[in-house]
Amino acid sequence: MPTTPPGPGESPVGRSTPRVDGPRKVSGLAQYTSDFNFPGMLYAVPVEATIASGRVVKLDLDTAGKMPGVQAILHRENIGKIFRSVLGQGFDGICEERRPPFEDDVIRYYGQYIALAVADTFENAKAAADAVRVGYTREKPNVETDLKAEDEPNRLVSTFGPKERLQSQRGDADAAFANAPVKLDQTYVTPAETHNPIELHATTAIWDGSRLTLYESSQGVFNLRGVLAQMFGLPKENVQVISRFVGSGFGGKLFPWTQCPLAAAAARQLGKPVKLVLSRKMMFQSVGHRARTQQRVRLGATPDGKLVSLHHDYVYHRSMLDDHHEDCGEATAFHYSVPNLRVAFGRARRNVGATADMRGPGAVPGLYATESALNELADQLKIDPIKLRVLNEPKIDESLNLPFSSRHLLECFEIGAEKFGWSRRNPEVGSMKRDDLTLGWGMAGCTWIAARFPAEASLQLRDDGTARVACGTQDIGTGTYTILAQLASEKTGITLDKIEVALGDTSLPEGPLSGGSMVTGSLVPAVFAAADNAIKSLLTVATTTPGSPFEKRKFDDLAFERGRVFVKADDPARGVPFAHLLQLANLRLVTGNGKSDGSFGDPNAKFSTHSFGCHFVEITWQPEIARLRVSRVVTAIDAGRILNPLAGRNQIEGAVVMGIGMALFEHTSYDRETGAPINSSLADYVMAVNADAPPIDVHFLDYPDKEINQLGARGIGEIGLAGVAAAVTAAVHHATGIRVRELPVKIEDLLT
Amino acid sequence: MKTFEFIRAADLKGAIEGAARAKTAQQGADVRFVAGGTTLIDLMKLNVETPAHVIDINRLPLDKVETTPDGGLRIGATVRNSDLAHHPIVKQDYAVLSEALLSGASTQLRNMATTAGNLLQRTRCMYFRETAMPCNKRKPGSGCPAIAGSNRMLAILGASEHCIATNPSDMCVAMAALEATIHVQGPKGSRAIPIAGFHLLPGDTPQRETVLEPGDLITHVTLPAPISGSRQVYLKLRDRASYEFALASAAVVIKIAGGNVINARIALGGVGTKPWRSPAAEAVLLSQPATPANFRKAAEAALRDAKAQSENGFKIELAKRCLAHALQMAAKG
Repeated sequence: MPTTPPGPGESPVGRSTPRVDGPRKVSGLAQYTSDFNFPGMLYAVPVEATIASGRVVKLDLDTAGKMPGVQAILHRENIGKIFRSVLGQGFDGICEERRPPFEDDVIRYYGQYIALAVADTFENAKAAADAVRVGYTREKPNVETDLKAEDEPNRLVSTFGPKERLQSQRGDADAAFANAPVKLDQTYVTPAETHNPIELHATTAIWDGSRLTLYESSQGVFNLRGVLAQMFGLPKENVQVISRFVGSGFGGKLFPWTQCPLAAAAARQLGKPVKLVLSRKMMFQSVGHRARTQQRVRLGATPDGKLVSLHHDYVYHRSMLDDHHEDCGEATAFHYSVPNLRVAFGRARRNVGATADMRGPGAVPGLYATESALNELADQLKIDPIKLRVLNEPKIDESLNLPFSSRHLLECFEIGAEKFGWSRRNPEVGSMKRDDLTLGWGMAGCTWIAARFPAEASLQLRDDGTARVACGTQDIGTGTYTILAQLASEKTGITLDKIEVALGDTSLPEGPLSGGSMVTGSLVPAVFAAADNAIKSLLTVATTTPGSPFEKRKFDDLAFERGRVFVKADDPARGVPFAHLLQLANLRLVTGNGKSDGSFGDPNAKFSTHSFGCHFVEITWQPEIARLRVSRVVTAIDAGRILNPLAGRNQIEGAVVMGIGMALFEHTSYDRETGAPINSSLADYVMAVNADAPPIDVHFLDYPDKEINQLGARGIGEIGLAGVAAAVTAAVHHATGIRVRELPVKIEDLLT
Repeated sequence: MKTFEFIRAADLKGAIEGAARAKTAQQGADVRFVAGGTTLIDLMKLNVETPAHVIDINRLPLDKVETTPDGGLRIGATVRNSDLAHHPIVKQDYAVLSEALLSGASTQLRNMATTAGNLLQRTRCMYFRETAMPCNKRKPGSGCPAIAGSNRMLAILGASEHCIATNPSDMCVAMAALEATIHVQGPKGSRAIPIAGFHLLPGDTPQRETVLEPGDLITHVTLPAPISGSRQVYLKLRDRASYEFALASAAVVIKIAGGNVINARIALGGVGTKPWRSPAAEAVLLSQPATPANFRKAAEAALRDAKAQSENGFKIELAKRCLAHALQMAAKG
């Protein structure tokens, strides 16, 4: 892959391209939601429940209401009507916590909002919120960590619609397992994890008559518009949502949370803009988390390692009212060749806030379990874990009976093993040393969704030689601004510095959720079609404008390349710059619109489309002080053509670091007595920091997957996290002989 | 955060008089000195500290590091942790202090945090920091949910049935091993308090953490002259590699001659309700061969009285390994 910047007329696609929004971000010009201020704006601070189960029986506002600067204390009796919302068509009306804030007086999780203090400054609002006294009847909350599936029918309601508990099956898994010569039966646990983007959730709401404008830190402005329109009984066109820059979301900002309607209701009632920014503590309570999971994996195999059966039975926790589905079986049914398979799940209610998607939802905890089981089976059979995977590599997607559009997992293993030096591995526990350290080596495979959401885009060519490409989707820090500029440049030949990109606004063409690693793949066809249509419009102008050098030409005689219109038979370099033609016609601009169809969940798909990859992890272990550190990682990724290797590597490296945190540090602890997420700060919720990030060698296979789009390209924000924890725990076992099956691996697990 | 009066002290006398109005210098103080603010402002935002008056001492002449006539070091109260850690004399003669400081917090916090502030650093017990929870330290008599709750980080030494909060400081652990003296000026004049007598065990008054009284202002800390030929190590063990409080740490100052330990000062961090000097471990080592077996014996002695809670029992073994390894590192030089 070329890494030098494109020269004049060269395509930036496939080249390492610094973020086009980088200068704005490092200079502070990029405005995040909480940076927007408006005349007369008020500040709102929610009052949080300090119990996790019970009822509010008394709300004492006497002190709070009289505090300096207080405009209102809103609660169930005076907030005004907030309607419920329902799931719509396509990807619309999605909401994890359906209960509108303040709907009843029942408390179901710690930190649930009870009231909202609104004041002239943030400090006054916070002081007033702190002064609200709440009386409760308390019940013992259920935050039990051991999960047992509740008695529920096979067909369930989930946030995204109906789900079958028996998720996938083929052959006769029970019989095959019973008769298998080699068996593995283990349970793997992943804890509740909390999204911790640096940018806190924030809403600023402005009412103008019956129009509602929301500045929101969002990964899905169109869905948010739809939900809020329902909650306030408005036509969609009366609601505008703006999210220009997002300081990351990790899935936690995909769908609206209750602070958003609260800010809108306060603005409606007080007739002024209202800003509501959550605290870090609230981030642990009321804006989603990755569900705790408990996954039993049973593998049946032949003595030489061929799988004969695979059972994946998982249970996850969820909140008392909501239906988020943590799809741990997302990859299980297609990732391995096995004739007999059964994937099924159950759920358990807990007094916790709503669970939600978190980077690689479902597949990340799911692959931790199945890839760990494979590693354990390899050790049990004393065969190399790569060899075991090669033995069980499927030729087709055996769950759908469809060919894979692009699956080069075996090549990932080869490249990863080569770069890591895997052939020097001595599989004996504790046998490998460097200096005074014991080394542990582990590996695991990974996979993630490759698909498209429906998307629209527009592209304008302008009389000053610039272009503007627009789509209402968001850049959540992953590089979408840059990708759109690259795509526009690819089609028009206009250099990146002359391309304006507009994102994050429902007034722009409807773009997808920034989720599922699907934005890039969805936008390629939309932007290309928009560019084609803009060029068509330009060529029409060229052939119809009096005085144009192409006035006598037919439309079909003309072509457009590198920003110039020319006669097909002639040298493109002798063409006319499009700006000249627009000036001649007295046009500021020509516009093209484009759209792409979605492919996600397509029941008539002809291919099984996924990204693949693998991780090789080295850890160092010092038993004398129980110190474990990840010392290097090699990751090989097969995710289609990589449009921007610089941003791509950044995504994979970040995901690997998050995977190290998942394996070794991250967990949300619920206090057994009160149900509070007790480690609700960045000091107490331990994540990997820079000092924990080892050298990470990322290799992209870069095979275009033309089933996804013309360029064969897609997003890669999530795949890098899948599999890391399984590779780390395998390395931990290799170094220490200790098999940890409940994440995170803690020092106390290793102190023997 | 409660509204408060901010007072910029013009001189020591004014600062002390202003603070002497307070009913207590301990939890619940209505007057607080602020220097770096890295603990105080944090706790004020959480409503754990709610002073009505905050006296800024940053402009008082307390920011010097100077040698003393007896060959020791005098460290001003408002010397920033970063400046102290990187001071050439500290790096050369009091390496354990430099290492301890640099193992704590982050660069940004160390650039603000001060010597006196660090001496008064409050516990990170999550129940102490959450005002909706009972806490005997924050609200005497309300109970201690940590004992039956999330106590993985909490103390195994010096705890009582009322409080198991860990003292989180790294700096204080090194200062305990260096036998620092804390110099205080108060309404009744000045006094010098050996660090061993500065912090209090929780007992049945966990709200009292130090011997300070209203109006007492820490002006400086003195370190005795370095022990010639001694070796110093600070070893901190924690989950991640940086920016985390210690699960266990050890500050070691030992001198070895002819293969025997002839001087040993040992303190532990992350495990005690106060910076935990261990005379028992020192006694085991003194005049004995500097061997791994003896280091382990010293570690066993240091943790002999440790008491585990539901989640923190592993810290007993971890602290032993930490101390034994720190001694081994020091012995190796």
